[in-house]
Amino acid sequence: MRKQLAWLAVMAVIGLTGGAGLPALAASDDQVTTFQLENGMDVVVIEDHRAPAVVHMVWYRAGAADEPPGTSGIAHFLEHLLFKATDTLASGEFSQVVGANGGSDNAFTSQDYTAYFQRIAADRLGLMMEMESDRMVNIRLTEDDILTERDVIIEERNQRTENEPGALFSEQRMAAQYLNHPYGIPIIGWRHEMELLDMDDALGYYQQFYAPNNAILIVAGDVDPAGVLQLAQTHYGPIPANPDLKDRMRPSEPPQTSERRLVFKDPRVAQPYVIRSYLAPERDSGDQETAAALTLFAELLGGGQTSHLTQSLQFETQTAVYAAAFYQSTALDDTTFGLVVVPSPDVSLQKAEDALDAAVADYLTQGVDEAALERLKFQLRAQDVYARDNVSSLANLYGRALTSGLTVKDVQAWPDILQSVTAEQIIAAGEMVLNDRRRSVTGWLTKPDDIQSQEDTE
Amino acid sequence: MRLILVLVAAVSLALPARAEVQIQEVTSPGGITAWLVEEPSIPFVAIEILFKGGTSLDPEGKRGAVNLMTGLIEEGTGDLDAQGFAAARDSLAATFQFRAYDDAILVTAKMLTETRDASVDLLRQALVAPNFDQVALDRVRQQVLSSIRSEAQDPNAIASDRFDAMAYGQHPYATNPDGTEASVNALTRDDMVAAHAGALALDRVSVGVSGDISAAELGPMLDALLGGLPETGLPMPDHIVPTFDGGTHIVPFDVPQSVALFGHAGIEREAPDFFAAYILNEILGGRGFEARLMTEVREKRGLTYGVSSFLVGKDYTSVYMGQVASANDRIAEAIEVIRTEWQRMADAGVTDAELLDAQTYLTGAYPLRFDGNASIAGILVGMQADDLPIDYINTRNDRVRAVTVDDIARVASRLLDPDMLTFVVVGQPQGL
Repeated sequence: MRKQLAWLAVMAVIGLTGGAGLPALAASDDQVTTFQLENGMDVVVIEDHRAPAVVHMVWYRAGAADEPPGTSGIAHFLEHLLFKATDTLASGEFSQVVGANGGSDNAFTSQDYTAYFQRIAADRLGLMMEMESDRMVNIRLTEDDILTERDVIIEERNQRTENEPGALFSEQRMAAQYLNHPYGIPIIGWRHEMELLDMDDALGYYQQFYAPNNAILIVAGDVDPAGVLQLAQTHYGPIPANPDLKDRMRPSEPPQTSERRLVFKDPRVAQPYVIRSYLAPERDSGDQETAAALTLFAELLGGGQTSHLTQSLQFETQTAVYAAAFYQSTALDDTTFGLVVVPSPDVSLQKAEDALDAAVADYLTQGVDEAALERLKFQLRAQDVYARDNVSSLANLYGRALTSGLTVKDVQAWPDILQSVTAEQIIAAGEMVLNDRRRSVTGWLTKPDDIQSQEDTE
Repeated sequence: MRLILVLVAAVSLALPARAEVQIQEVTSPGGITAWLVEEPSIPFVAIEILFKGGTSLDPEGKRGAVNLMTGLIEEGTGDLDAQGFAAARDSLAATFQFRAYDDAILVTAKMLTETRDASVDLLRQALVAPNFDQVALDRVRQQVLSSIRSEAQDPNAIASDRFDAMAYGQHPYATNPDGTEASVNALTRDDMVAAHAGALALDRVSVGVSGDISAAELGPMLDALLGGLPETGLPMPDHIVPTFDGGTHIVPFDVPQSVALFGHAGIEREAPDFFAAYILNEILGGRGFEARLMTEVREKRGLTYGVSSFLVGKDYTSVYMGQVASANDRIAEAIEVIRTEWQRMADAGVTDAELLDAQTYLTGAYPLRFDGNASIAGILVGMQADDLPIDYINTRNDRVRAVTVDDIARVASRLLDPDMLTFVVVGQPQGL
């Protein structure tokens, strides 16, 4: 049995929950059609004619990491405010209309994107585009909206972060991981800055980033591409591009020359653990090989029951009740590769960390088991088949990639690149990332007195 | 509240004809029945197997046995130990999940067409003849214990445990299905063998299948997969009438945001007025921002990120529940607003416009559920577990549309009992 431990939900998206298992890879090429409108808006159509439903999404190439300094949380706050009034819709009417048409809608914000979606009968697509294009440029906020909704996002922070020691710890670790880049700032925002977010902050972000030339329309389901294009031209086509849209240049990391170690103590911690992240390269357009090798490395090292960490730390030695490796391949800027170990009772955090280090070193020395690699590659090919069963997750896959600096071509090349990775490349990529501890942050989550008492028992 | 099997009856509907799924009932040569939707366009099949009973079958003093046993199904069978089993499964690129709930054990599998026979055989071995090695038992026991310790510090889990203890008396529903540290530590291999024989039996199984397989292929597959299981298992638990006192119970815990569960007695899935109650809940605290609780507590007052209510139809009881979370200095106001809305609904029911909106949403949303093999297999097994007829999908929408404002007013006055609405609040609430 493999417990999905709640604190591992470090995946940085607010508004969506992560799924278990291997990620979806790509839709088959003949399923996907792309266009660009004259105003610069990209359009991706993913066909699936099995049910008369459609997912309509607009993704903005703007997320929390694009916020002006001092206004952390504004990208996500604005996402909430887009459900208020426009020139033609009353506050709340957007969702009401979606519901009255048998659909459901929501939105989510990450470091690199903000996305809005509806899932509805395919023949209502035009209505969705009419409303979504309206709120791209026509929101009308009141001071009351700002004050009430700000209370809501603070309650959201309470729920996601303040009530969860693991989430508070994660914020501190990310802040330590990124010395200069805004990935170190939480998506939901630092509480003291959230409390001061105002109308000007919201409208400033809106006017800067919400424009067709900064957006991607993704339509997935029972539609034909020509019909989608026609509707998109009707509804999104007339919106002028924002001529002042700038390249996404975030502050970048200086050389990281000093290993960081954190201890987070909280009386609510029931299960202490050690977690370490390393700065790591992400998928870049036309250059995805290293990220592909790291993706396979994470799976083989710590991605499941047959992985090396599970085998050595849970099966051979019972040092840990859980051990894993994780890697977030899709991001605009430098991402992280991580290791986590949850010690068995009576095993100290130091002992667990030492065992983790030894197991990783072992793996890098002994190399990749070819049979395991073949097994994994077959699973990844199967994942392409299973992925076609869920068109919403395919839509998400394209949205994440296209807001992270990748192209449709990159997305479709990714499965083949994964298949072509060799055992040597996997080890080389692993060594490159893991052998430089100076680019890492090691965190211990523990109860206030644990460390002392555990050292005493060693 | 435990994990609730949300296999809500396939509420149905009328959209374009091609939305319609064709459900076939397939009975194997050995007499095992499954519902099938053939969908050959993607070369895999999704299989959902539900065994009624679940963790409520735990014998006295053995709380956590069914949960731990379920966790051990994938930990070795025959010559394969835990890792051998995982490697075999991975080399077939099949996926298996085994989960235990209050009223069911649910097995969810996906198999490629090209490896289907071998995948079925592997799943069969795991289901019919798990090894329950002592080493695996002790290792998975530690994972369960770790989870129990974590839940002891989780305000949501604390609220759930307290609510259940209050509502369900001596029934298994009253205690955490994972068990306690003591009960789990005491479980033996014999307990696993007994839990397996008692819970995975053919007298309580439903099967839903969707994907690239024909009825002719499915029949023999059912026998191969499940034929080795015992005919009968443990007796089902008794019905329980839940008890509530209408109070607000506080569990002090040091968190900045209080977490609350609330509820009182509910309505049975089989009751003639169930549809009216279902729509009533949709309007009071169901989906979306338009529900009254969401409008009043979040949209107008900013008191919470999320508030909702839901009909909980367990197999042996029914409750009407809800949840909310607000900062310690605001939870009292949130609770007051919820109590007011509960009373308002009990007194006055819903408006014509609210009913029409809810009906339009429910009937329009229904066909969207049948959007993939995995979701269809889940719906098929849920329908069977709820004893719905196989043609239910075609009639369901009419039943939603048939509900009137008067029906809802009648149900509102009977179902909603503001004086018995009981809150459990975990945190450091002020003003309660």
